[in-house]
Amino acid sequence: MTESATAPRYAPGTHPDLPPPRRTTGVAGWMYKNLFSSPLNIALTVIGAFVLYSIVPPMLEWAFLKSIWTAESRVECWDKMEVPEEAACWAFIKGRLNIFIYGFYPEAERWRVNVSFVLLIFAVLPVLYDRLPQRKRWFWYVAAFPFLAGWLLVGGFGLTPVDTDQFGGFMLTLIIGVTGISFSLPIGIALALGRTSDLPALRILCVLFIEFIRGVPLIALLFVASTMLNYFLPPGTTFDLLMRVLIMVTLFSAAYIAEVVRGGLQGIPKGQVEAADSLGLPYWKAQRLIVLPQALKISIPGIVNTFIGLYKDTTLVLIIGMLDPLGIGNASLADAVWAGLAREVYLFIAVFFFLCCFGMSRYSLYLERKLHTGHEEI
Amino acid sequence: MAIASVENRSSIASLWRNKEARSVIVQIITVTVVFALVALALRNVAVNLEAIGKEFSFDFLTAPAAYDITFSPFLDYTSRDTHLIAAAVGILNTLLVAVCGIAFATLLGFTMGVLRLSGNWLISRMAYVFIEFTRNVPVLLHILLVHGIVVTTLPAPRNAIGIGDTMFVSNRGFYVPAPVFEDGAGIVGAVLVIAIVAAMGFRRWAKRMQDETGKIYPVFWICTGIVAGATAVAFLAAGMPLSWEVPALKGFNFKGGMALKPEFLALWLALSYYTSCFIAEIVRAGILAVSHGQTEAAHALGLRPNRTLQLVVIPQALRIIVPPLVSQYLNLTKNSSLAIAIGYMDVVATIGGISLMQTGKEVETMIIVLGVYLVFSLTISAFMNWFNRSIRLKER
Repeated sequence: MTESATAPRYAPGTHPDLPPPRRTTGVAGWMYKNLFSSPLNIALTVIGAFVLYSIVPPMLEWAFLKSIWTAESRVECWDKMEVPEEAACWAFIKGRLNIFIYGFYPEAERWRVNVSFVLLIFAVLPVLYDRLPQRKRWFWYVAAFPFLAGWLLVGGFGLTPVDTDQFGGFMLTLIIGVTGISFSLPIGIALALGRTSDLPALRILCVLFIEFIRGVPLIALLFVASTMLNYFLPPGTTFDLLMRVLIMVTLFSAAYIAEVVRGGLQGIPKGQVEAADSLGLPYWKAQRLIVLPQALKISIPGIVNTFIGLYKDTTLVLIIGMLDPLGIGNASLADAVWAGLAREVYLFIAVFFFLCCFGMSRYSLYLERKLHTGHEEI
Repeated sequence: MAIASVENRSSIASLWRNKEARSVIVQIITVTVVFALVALALRNVAVNLEAIGKEFSFDFLTAPAAYDITFSPFLDYTSRDTHLIAAAVGILNTLLVAVCGIAFATLLGFTMGVLRLSGNWLISRMAYVFIEFTRNVPVLLHILLVHGIVVTTLPAPRNAIGIGDTMFVSNRGFYVPAPVFEDGAGIVGAVLVIAIVAAMGFRRWAKRMQDETGKIYPVFWICTGIVAGATAVAFLAAGMPLSWEVPALKGFNFKGGMALKPEFLALWLALSYYTSCFIAEIVRAGILAVSHGQTEAAHALGLRPNRTLQLVVIPQALRIIVPPLVSQYLNLTKNSSLAIAIGYMDVVATIGGISLMQTGKEVETMIIVLGVYLVFSLTISAFMNWFNRSIRLKER
């Protein structure tokens, strides 16, 4: 009663909006809600801030502020610092950058790697970006790209042949990664269709293959590829180690893709297949036009995760003696002039892999949003 | 003649148009082709092995291995033992790092999954950054990095970091006191087992009482009391039959106690924190998947927050969490084969590495290695299927 006496009178519907309570808006409100809403929350914030404070500044100092970018040897690097070994010696990475990128590819021929890389960008573009003008015509180029790149890298037909032993570094990672990714998807889809097919013989063969591959570690398969695959071939035939590795990596990730796609296929209601049947579509048409587009759409996150796994697993070739970035890093660390700089090398390679894999996972999120046709929010 | 061939063709074509006949034809062709390829490959193996004078047999397993394995916590292994023993040491080492890794990764993964869901912005962001960075970098790199850090930055045994003069951290490994059991320790162990059985029996009884009368007993505290109390009484009664063997610096390295070699330590830590990032995401997704209505309904029924979590949220989240969790366990076990990169003697490094080099038996050793991993995988997936069935939604 007393309030109504002091408050000004407003005609109904003309009362001005009151400001929200001060604690709920603005920076202060956000901080209260997300950082200091309860004693436990305050304690967590303090602990988190302390951990950040004790990790981030020293790391920045180590990696950037006090690091040395030009030097001839480890000792020179450490001489330039106020306290030896207190900061990163990036001179090491800088001096060996070419080896990290190209491996031992002959210097005179490195333009071929660069050209292939540019061609790769143009081949990936129409696959990733669907609003490219005349996208369908680009796919002829995409289909031709593996052969073009293979010719450029290996040589022959007018170019100086380069032995695949000399491949290495990030270039090798990209070769194995891109080949594995582009061939394992169709093989994986075929395996998934085989595993869900009505033909028992086909189904059993696919199950055996998939379960065998998924049950053993990739490194054991790579050992098989490097030590005993030649035994399975007719006497006298041998083929390149890189080729054997490519086949193994592709088959390995195809088995995982098959399981992911099978999950997608099982997520499609049976009515879809029956509707396609009742329209008179034959098996392959029904799969191509009705089932697979829906199944692949829901298995995108899993497929991309498998690709990321494959890309990371390319480092395992180091164990059978191929010089991927980690192999090059290990070989460089054995160099007496530079030994002891393990942290720099590993961090550098880690950042490279992080950028590639994080990029892939972000792209998969974008694709999921774009292809999402349902009504609920994601 | 011409008529016959036309008829023939049309009958084949009609056979092809018949769905059932076609499926039979396709299957026969596939099976024939696959078997022909397998037979060809096996024949090639036989021919190739014969050409270089090797014979397919597992006899080498009984020959002395003649190489050292530095880390063999379960079996007494010397270089005079056979390849078979070496393989067994390798398998046990793989199992050891897999079991330890799974335990630590689960603990770490659940913790990080919960931190990631924390209402505290700072903590959840920090967990996010750590998880994203870790899982987007190859596990081999993590292993090499941790190994590099352990070996290069920790001090030599002479200057080891001591923790209360009983534990020592050096670049040769992590040394902890080893328990030495004296007479009477067996009695304490037996009492411990009996106490655990008794506690489990009490738990069942308490559940039945709750179902019948609605009375809730403090099950957790009573069980802990039974187990800890009975064991402590038995321990004192038997005259404290346990002493510790403390590691001590002798010459260039520590003697006595239990040693965790740097290879084991690096592999274990790297595999655990790498896998824990995947587990954290699985846990997060599982908890988020339990609809908020469930929590609200539990609160409306008057359940306290911890009972809500224990009785409503966790059982439903587990059903979503367990299948991908087990496949992460499987991944960890398979990733442990990367041990060979840092010289931890697991099954790939012993039988598939040094034994292969020494005997030249590529086919036989690789069959053993692949077989061992297949057995692990099939066992774990059989367990997973059983567990899945037991926690599946029981629809009525």
